[in-house]
Parts: sequence; structure tokens; C-alpha cells
Amino acid sequence: MTMSAPTPILTVRNLCVDARTPEGRQRVLHDVSFDLISGETLCIAGESGSGKSVTSLSIMGLLPKASLQVASGTIRLGEKDLVALSNRAMRSVRGGDIAMVFQEPMTSLNPVMSIGAQLTEAIREHQGPEGGAAETIARQMLDAVHITEPVRRLTQYPHELSGGMRQRVMIAMALSCRPKVLIADEPTTALDVTVQAQILKLMRELKQEFGASIILITHDMGVVAQMADRVAVMQNGRIIEQGDALSIFENPKQPYTQELLAAVPRLGAHAGNDAPPRVSAITAPSVSVSPAPILQVRNLDVTYGSPVRRLFRGMLPAAAVSEVSFELRPGETLGLVGESGSGKSTTGKAVLGLIPFTGHVVIDGQNIAGLSARQMRPVRRSAQMIFQDPYASLDPRMAVGAAIAEPLVIHGLGDRSERDDRVAELLRHVGLQPDAATRYPHEFSGGQRQRICIARALALQPKLIVADESVAALDVSVRARVLDLMLELQETMGLAYLFISHDMAVVERMSHNVAVMRGGRIVEMGTRRAVFENPQDDYTKALMAAVPIPDPRARHIA
Amino acid sequence: MLLLVLRRLLQTALILLGVAAITFLLLYALPADPARMIAGRSATAQTVANIRRELGLDQPFPVQFWTYLHGILQGNLGRSYAQKTDVGALIMARLPATLILMAAGIFVEVVLGLILGIIAALRRGGPVDRVVMMASFVGVSAPQFVVALLLLYVFAVTLGWFPMSGFGSAAHVVLPAATLGILGAGWYARMVRSAMIDVLNQDYVRTARAKGLSSARIVLRHALPNALLPIIAMIGIDIGQFMGGVVVVEAVYGWPGIGQLAWQAIQQVDIPIIMGVTLVSALAIVLGNLLADIIAPLIDPRIRAR
Repeated sequence: MTMSAPTPILTVRNLCVDARTPEGRQRVLHDVSFDLISGETLCIAGESGSGKSVTSLSIMGLLPKASLQVASGTIRLGEKDLVALSNRAMRSVRGGDIAMVFQEPMTSLNPVMSIGAQLTEAIREHQGPEGGAAETIARQMLDAVHITEPVRRLTQYPHELSGGMRQRVMIAMALSCRPKVLIADEPTTALDVTVQAQILKLMRELKQEFGASIILITHDMGVVAQMADRVAVMQNGRIIEQGDALSIFENPKQPYTQELLAAVPRLGAHAGNDAPPRVSAITAPSVSVSPAPILQVRNLDVTYGSPVRRLFRGMLPAAAVSEVSFELRPGETLGLVGESGSGKSTTGKAVLGLIPFTGHVVIDGQNIAGLSARQMRPVRRSAQMIFQDPYASLDPRMAVGAAIAEPLVIHGLGDRSERDDRVAELLRHVGLQPDAATRYPHEFSGGQRQRICIARALALQPKLIVADESVAALDVSVRARVLDLMLELQETMGLAYLFISHDMAVVERMSHNVAVMRGGRIVEMGTRRAVFENPQDDYTKALMAAVPIPDPRARHIA
Repeated sequence: MLLLVLRRLLQTALILLGVAAITFLLLYALPADPARMIAGRSATAQTVANIRRELGLDQPFPVQFWTYLHGILQGNLGRSYAQKTDVGALIMARLPATLILMAAGIFVEVVLGLILGIIAALRRGGPVDRVVMMASFVGVSAPQFVVALLLLYVFAVTLGWFPMSGFGSAAHVVLPAATLGILGAGWYARMVRSAMIDVLNQDYVRTARAKGLSSARIVLRHALPNALLPIIAMIGIDIGQFMGGVVVVEAVYGWPGIGQLAWQAIQQVDIPIIMGVTLVSALAIVLGNLLADIIAPLIDPRIRAR
């Protein structure tokens, strides 16, 4: 080998995992082999179903026994083979030698135990100090993860902490027993981008401080580029390529790795253009003659909690959105970006009259303020919504064709055969076969389901579509194709999108104009070139600086 | 917390008023004539009429109800027709026996239900789970008097471990409490099982396992308190169910509680006692729920915050 042979701390060889299904055993992990070198960060990258989480759970010995089982292979930690270890011996490895941080900080802490109890419990389990000593270590750990007022936090409960703070607590808990290996499974996926940057930075610092080696599991190539020393790319239960970060990013061997990297939206990739890239071959009629806006919003305010409830519960009126104003023209996209709680989804719902609001919302010349449900009906024909979760927004018991035809039925359009024709046409529009109409949602992948949702939204030939985080739940490669589809439909049909997203790179790709929201207000609005190439507001700048750049040479989250 | 208790006490007063009105109306509408029952079969019409006047039963309904309400507000539950004594005193004398029986019964059902439910959840899908669920189904479905007679036959008559009936020693409590508890235990086992299965699949249980904690600690310290939250609300509601069971069980085992008192009073159309027992039962149900609402925030900090 090279100069000094690096010593692996964890060695995985030919790991195979089987799933027990009603049809018999099915292999979900095929001959996975890798080394974790002492002091390095290994990123396991892959899309959903690639087997990256199964790999990490196998190392922890946390596979759900009823459904998954290690079939063969070894996982060596020093002298121990974790696969062969007894349950009892494995317990001292878990949390002691290898610790884990999970994706969902909101649900990964026990809601009825104080932070202090949950921290000291792990310390006592593995180090056995009595009483005050564990408390002292717990306090020091909270200090180490930069949580303010650690003494008070120890007595608090998870619901009193923000998502970012909870993930800090999870990291403190994982590191409290000074493990040799820290496995972090999508640790920042559920967090806002600015919080993600802080947590990634923290993990880097702590790796130095605690001398742990890290296995970081993520689908986000930006995070990989910012964190990894070495990268293993997984697909369909196999590691298809591994190597050091630079060579993977700059010289990927496998077509899948190349595809994955190409699909990653890069902030600034569309600099210099006023409009999203053209994707259709059709030269659509130019819509730049600035026709009348399809959507006008003036001084939109949304307040949560009815006056009656406030009176009884003593709640203060909470302004979710205040003084929001914007316009949207046919064929254009307004990107609405912001972090959780910024009011972007609330704005989207208010615009479609789905929640009570004050102010002016004019859709296609009709002011919808104060309209009854009945009066809203014709307006709804011209304005539709696509939601975030394609798994939850289709009725599992309704055939796809019926779901797409439902808006037509509700509005009494066409007879049966006309509707069937329309459904077939819509399915073709979104790139699906017309025979999909007779099948059910569970037979489709996430990306296909989102296409079905788009087809349903298009059924009434709307002029405006509110897309709320419509690609956030999709894998990157699928996401790119769905975004292309949306652009193509915009070009051919002249649709206007109110595109709501937390993802700056996706917004840059899709939008003509961009509005940045924070705390219920628009802090900056302008053309996408103005906002992305010359941001004025400090918050916009902070948001953009926090986006992980998918290039290991451009590590900026230091 | 204080505000909650005050608000609930106000609600309690309103509920009791409603219960009093409905029960009074139902009893008034009964075809049975208390005066005739007291006077006996051979009494003359004149005697019956005298008794009726004496008890105030010749008055129109609103007047009777008002008189009764007036009494309650002064803490007076009236006088028993048959026993000619103060109803309040009668109930107070028998209440301790019933409270002992209920406490023992709830203890049996909660402990049995918790143990069986947890075991079933941990062994879900396996033979143990199936046996427990079958048994709980039988427990839920079996009529209480059948369970009572079965227990009597096996443990009192055949084995002779426990006395047949009566009141006085700890051994006397076992069979009545078991009869009351077995029915509830079936319910609780099922509730606990599904709550535990739900909780065991939560992310924070995975976190606890990742810490390397023992199974016992994960189940008892992490999963159980979370699974208990819906169960506690259930116990509050359950006290109402229990009052119904108490009447049957006290009758079978000759337990000198208010259930037996009510049973005798119904046969004699002794309206003041029926009214009194009903009101005490309603009070018990409301207080049970209040207790559940006070205990829940002690376990769940999220409720405390509100």
C-alpha cells in the first residue's frame, strides 16, 4: 500500500442481509464490504431503497428481527465480530463503542423523559458513574454541542427544544460515552438548511475533539461533498463504487454515480439566465408580452387561532403571515423560499382559499376574499395544488384513473367516455402509459405517484398551480425528471406556478421570480437573477451560504 | 392545575344535577307504586293513600323534584321508604366495603391487564400472544355472574381456598375482586398490547436500543410510560363500568356494599336509596375522570405545558 497503511477501525466484509417476505427470503443487501479508517468520515450515499440504512442497522445490531436478518458476512470491530456477538455483548458495543444519530430529531427522543435523564442513562449504562458524576458529564456534553444554558436544559423535555437543539442533544448523547465509531443516518435531512450547516460544522469539530470515526449516511451529494473523506455509493443493496471524495466527485467510474452527480441541483448553476431552462422541443408561444396577472396578492394576513378560542385559552394571536404581496403572470413561476415556520406553506394555502385570511387575493380577475365554498368552486377550476407527499395525497383504495377523473366528476364535466379519454391524455402528458388508469397507487413509485398528482391537478386545465414542496420527498434523480416535466407543462400550457420550496437550488432552477420569506414576511423579492446573483437581505445571504455545494474542493461549511 | 380542578368541580355539580333530574324522571315514570309496596298487599286503599301523602308522593312531579333538590343542596338525601332511616347514613355505612372491593378489582384488572398486554406485545404474532388474546377475548365476553359462579365453584367449593361469601378478612376480597377484575383485564390486555406495539415502533425506542440499554429498561422505562397515557384515561372512564359490575358481584358474594343496598332498594322500589346510590355512582365516575386528568400530566410533560 502507500506510505503508512491506514488502520481500519471497522471492517465490513461480504455482508448479506435477507428480508423475510411472504414469498420467502429475499436478499436486500449483497456482499457489502468496506473499511472505516480510524479518524475518517466515510459517507455512504444512495437513494431510497439502496440499502444504506440497512447497512447501518446491521452494524448496530438493530435490524428488526421479524423482517430482516444478516445472512452471511462479518462486521469486525477490533477483535470482535459483531455479527456473531451475543445479545448481551452487543449491548456494550451499542452506545459504548458504536453510537448512532438518527434522522428524525423530533421523534428520536423520548417525550416523557427529561433531557438530563436521557443523557445520564447512556452514561451510567456504559461507564457506571454514580449520581453526580453522570450529571456532570451530561452537562459537559451539552456544552460541547454548544447548547446554551446546559443546566436548565437537563431539566427540560424534548418538546421544549427546537429541531436543531434536539439533534444536538442526540449528538451529545451519542458521543457521551466516547464511542470509536459514530454512525449518523441522514442526521440533517429533517432540518432547515441553516441549521443543517451548523450541525455539519459541529460534527466536524467533534470528530476532532472526540477522535471518533464517522459513518455518515445521506442521500444529499452536497452534504457528502462537505463532509466525506471517502465515499461509498450504494444502489439496489450493493456498493457499486467507493473511493476518496475527490475522485468520486471528479472522476466517477460508474454510470449510476455519474447520473447521481449530474442530477444534483447546484445553486448558481443557472446564473446569468432570466428564465428556467427550456426543456420542450416545441417552440411555445412567447408569453413575455406581460399579460394580466393570473394571481395578485395584496397585504395578505393570516392569523392562527380564532378570536373565540383565543379568549378562552388565553392565546395570543399568532400572525403566521403578514403583509405579503406579490403578482404572478401566466407562464411564469414565482419561487417562494424559506425555512420551516417562515409562512410559505400558509401563504400557498391562503392563496387557494383553503384557510381564512384577510387582504386581497385575486385569481384570474376574481377576488376570492370572503367567497363562500360554493362561490369558490368556479375559481378552483383555474387554480390547483400539488402537495409534498405523493404517498399521502392519493387515496390508496381509488384507482389512478378515478383519482384523476374525480375533479372532472366534481365539476360535472364530460360524460364517462369523454372523461376516460381525458384521463388517458393526461397520463400521456405526465409521461405515464394510459393503462395506468386501472391500477392503484401502491403499484407506483414515488416519482410516478407525483406524476399522477400532477395529472390530477391538470385535469381541470388550471391556469395556476400551487406546488408546495412538490419534489421534496423524491430522490434526486427522480426529482430532476419531475422538475423537467413541470417545466415542459409550463411551456406547452402556459401554466403559472407558485413554487414553494425550502431548497434554494431547486427554486433557482424553476423560477422566474423569487420571494424569500422569514417569520411570515417577504424579506426579499425580485427576479431570480437579482435575488440569487446579488442578494440584498442578510437572511437571503445566510440561506445561500448554508447550502452545501456538491464539490469537495469548495468546502465552505467549515 | 388549580384552575382545572375548580372548573371540573363546577362541571361535576352540573353533571350531578342532570343525573338527579334524569333518574328522578325515570323513577317517577315507573309503573310500580312505592306506597303500595310499603303498605303491603292486604292494605286498604285508605292506608295506601295515607302513606302516599306522608311520603309526599301525591304532589305533582315538579314539586316532588324541587323538594328533593332542596334536600340534596342541604346534604340530605332523604329517608328510605322501607328502612325508615336516613339514606346518607345508609350509604356512608356501606361505602367503605364497596370502595375496598373497587380498589381491589381495579388493582387486579390493571396489573393483570398490564402484564398480559406487555407480554403479548413483546411476543406479538407468536403462540403466547395468541393464547393471551384468546383468553382476553373470553374474559371480555363472559358474563360476570358466570365468572363469579365459576370462581366460586373452583376456588371456594372444590379447592376451599377462599370463603364462599361475606366480608371481614383479606381472603374474602379475593374472589369478588377477581370476578370484577377478570372482565376488565381482558380489555386492558388488548389496550396495553396495541399501545405497546405502537410505542415499541417509535423512533425513541430505537434510540434507547442504540444506547445499549437492557430490554427490561427499554420496556419499563422508555416504552411503558408512553403506553400508559391512553390507559390512564381509560381507567377514569372505567370506574363507571365498574359500578354496574359491583351490583352483580356484591349480590353473588353477599358483599355488604352499596351495590347490594341498591339491589334491595330496586326490589322494594325504595326511591330515595336508588336516587342516592345513583348520585354517589355518578360522583365516583366524575371524580375518577378528574383523577385521570390529574395523573396524566404527571407522566406526560407535554400536557403539563398547556
